[in-house]
Amino acid sequence: MPRMKCFIALSFFFLFAAASLSAQDWIRTGTGLGVEKIRLAAPDFKLVTTDTGTQNLATTFNTTLGNDLQAAGIFDMVSRSFYPLSIPGAPQEVHLADWSSPPPNASMLAFGNLGVQGGYLNVQGWLYDTKNPKSPQVLGKQYREQATDENARVVAHRFADEIIFRLGGGVQGIAETKLYFVSTRGGSKEIWQMDYDGAGQKQLTHLGSIALSPHVSPDGSRVAFSGVTKDGWQILMYSLELGRLVSFPHFGGDNYSPAWSSDGQNLAFSSSRTGNTEIYAVNSLGANVRRLTESKGPDVSPVWNPKTNAQIAWVSGRTGLPQIYTMASDGTNVGRMTDQGYAVSPSWSPNGQFLVFAWVRHYGPGAPGASDIYIMDVASKQWAQLTHDGGRNDFPSWSPDGRHIVFQSNRTGKVQIWTMLADGSQQRQLTTSGENSQPNWSFK
Amino acid sequence: MKCKWSQWSKLTIALGVVLMVSACGKKAPPPPPPTPPPPSLAPTASLPATPNTITAGQSTTLIWKTDYATDVSIDQLGTVEPGGSRTVTPADSTTYHLIAKNNVGTQEATARVTVTQAAAPPPQTSSDQTAAQLFAQSMKDVFFDYDSYDVSQQYQQVLQTDARFLQQHRNMKFLIEGHCDERGSTEYNLALGDNRANSTKQALISLGIPADRIRTISYGKEKPFCTESMEACWAQNRRAHFVYQP
Repeated sequence: MPRMKCFIALSFFFLFAAASLSAQDWIRTGTGLGVEKIRLAAPDFKLVTTDTGTQNLATTFNTTLGNDLQAAGIFDMVSRSFYPLSIPGAPQEVHLADWSSPPPNASMLAFGNLGVQGGYLNVQGWLYDTKNPKSPQVLGKQYREQATDENARVVAHRFADEIIFRLGGGVQGIAETKLYFVSTRGGSKEIWQMDYDGAGQKQLTHLGSIALSPHVSPDGSRVAFSGVTKDGWQILMYSLELGRLVSFPHFGGDNYSPAWSSDGQNLAFSSSRTGNTEIYAVNSLGANVRRLTESKGPDVSPVWNPKTNAQIAWVSGRTGLPQIYTMASDGTNVGRMTDQGYAVSPSWSPNGQFLVFAWVRHYGPGAPGASDIYIMDVASKQWAQLTHDGGRNDFPSWSPDGRHIVFQSNRTGKVQIWTMLADGSQQRQLTTSGENSQPNWSFK
Repeated sequence: MKCKWSQWSKLTIALGVVLMVSACGKKAPPPPPPTPPPPSLAPTASLPATPNTITAGQSTTLIWKTDYATDVSIDQLGTVEPGGSRTVTPADSTTYHLIAKNNVGTQEATARVTVTQAAAPPPQTSSDQTAAQLFAQSMKDVFFDYDSYDVSQQYQQVLQTDARFLQQHRNMKFLIEGHCDERGSTEYNLALGDNRANSTKQALISLGIPADRIRTISYGKEKPFCTESMEACWAQNRRAHFVYQP
């Protein structure tokens, strides 16, 4: 038991090390704060035109921007009740002292204005360093898009990502990223897409059989998934550019759980072509088939180390209950990561340092048997538990910034998709309709 | 508390025994007297089978009677009561061999059941539907233990019967679906289902069924037969299911 506690403590050390890494980058940008979250005020953008259409767009914009900054996980957002009475809409209206001193006590101020003219939405936004009155501007941006609700969200995401990029240690924000997932709400299991915050949910595939395990390509052009065809389970490709399935070779046996390497050059998947499920790799066209594993038990759910593409983590039942293993991407150098229970669904962090996976740590009769999401430092195999809220939690997937994890949970009764920060905090439900599972976060 | 509990359980056990005895009595009208045999007499035994000629897939009834025996066993069935009956479905012609023993001597009895193979090939006019029905009636599914894809001894025997049916119907092609219970993860269950389908396929191949008649697919936990969250239901879902392919 003490050993376990030590593991957890050490793992949290690693987590904080990761967090402080970005903080250090941020310090290097010259703003002079420690590892604490940056205190940011983001008052509503000022309306420069006042019809009801603009009002609605402004509400969408302001809500989206606020959510994005809150969700980023690197800001301590100033409560609205602390705001000064006068909200600036342009640089000449800013009184920095009102924001930098208590009660708002903000280090950074994001503000701007928004209007509709000739059917176009115009947005101007700034980011000011309140502690640097001589040259406060960190960021100034201008956007012009057709005035639609969708575009109001897109512009808010872009501005949020600019702020996060500047203040988050140069790591690209994720407000414009997508999630791919499986939903039953159309009847059968099909592949769906949504924004990272749950907005804009739409169905992509219409197989009418069963579609599972979507994995989007690194360039965001194709979604590989597994579907039941007349040849059994096959790896199928949906082109996001063409809006339809595109051809991909069929293989013998059942083929499923595809995963892209981060360079887009290779796909790994599980195939039973020899009569036993093994991990295979092919190139992006489905050619150059390589077999990577050889064991009697099930081998499934491969993922590449996105930092190097030189390693693959996967799930093997070679010793009984499934465990997480890693190997070199040519199949050599196999190592076992988990030592007990039922461990499945690995996802490798963008920096290559961590695995997250679903683990029923104490498995068997009389054991509580909850499936929770765990994070493990690959080099030391130290781990920490991220979900504690009951239900079956499974299929974690890292966001490209390495700060967020999306996963599925049935804690509310039905299987739904949730996100959280990589330390397990800020858990938030994204889907409510039907059952939704196997989320996959886009690479950018 | 402890004392009370053991008294209760004694009472329950006693009651259970009484009930079981009376239940047994109802089933076999002349209750076999469990009286110890007079040591001076050697056991007697008889073992007729009715009918003693069947076609493959049919069953016959063995009825045995012994007197004075303390230990009665039938080779294929193991130790049995001094008298009783059992319905059996031998796949091949079989000689059932009974041995009744006591401290004076041993008496044997045999029953020969002749099984005629492929006595009734499906009529030439049989449609796909009747072939599918025949297939569905004859092919018994294989069930698995939790997280296991090994065909157990029990289901090896089921597969022998299945294989005999398949050998009598050489034109039939079929699909083996691997299924899993709802516990565990979607992708791992797909792989597990695949291994179940394939270990069943391998067992049939080793029983002489050509591989080109068999296709496999895993449905993991995607198409459960039973949808309640209880072991009785889960056990139904851990299976290799045979589907006729016209």
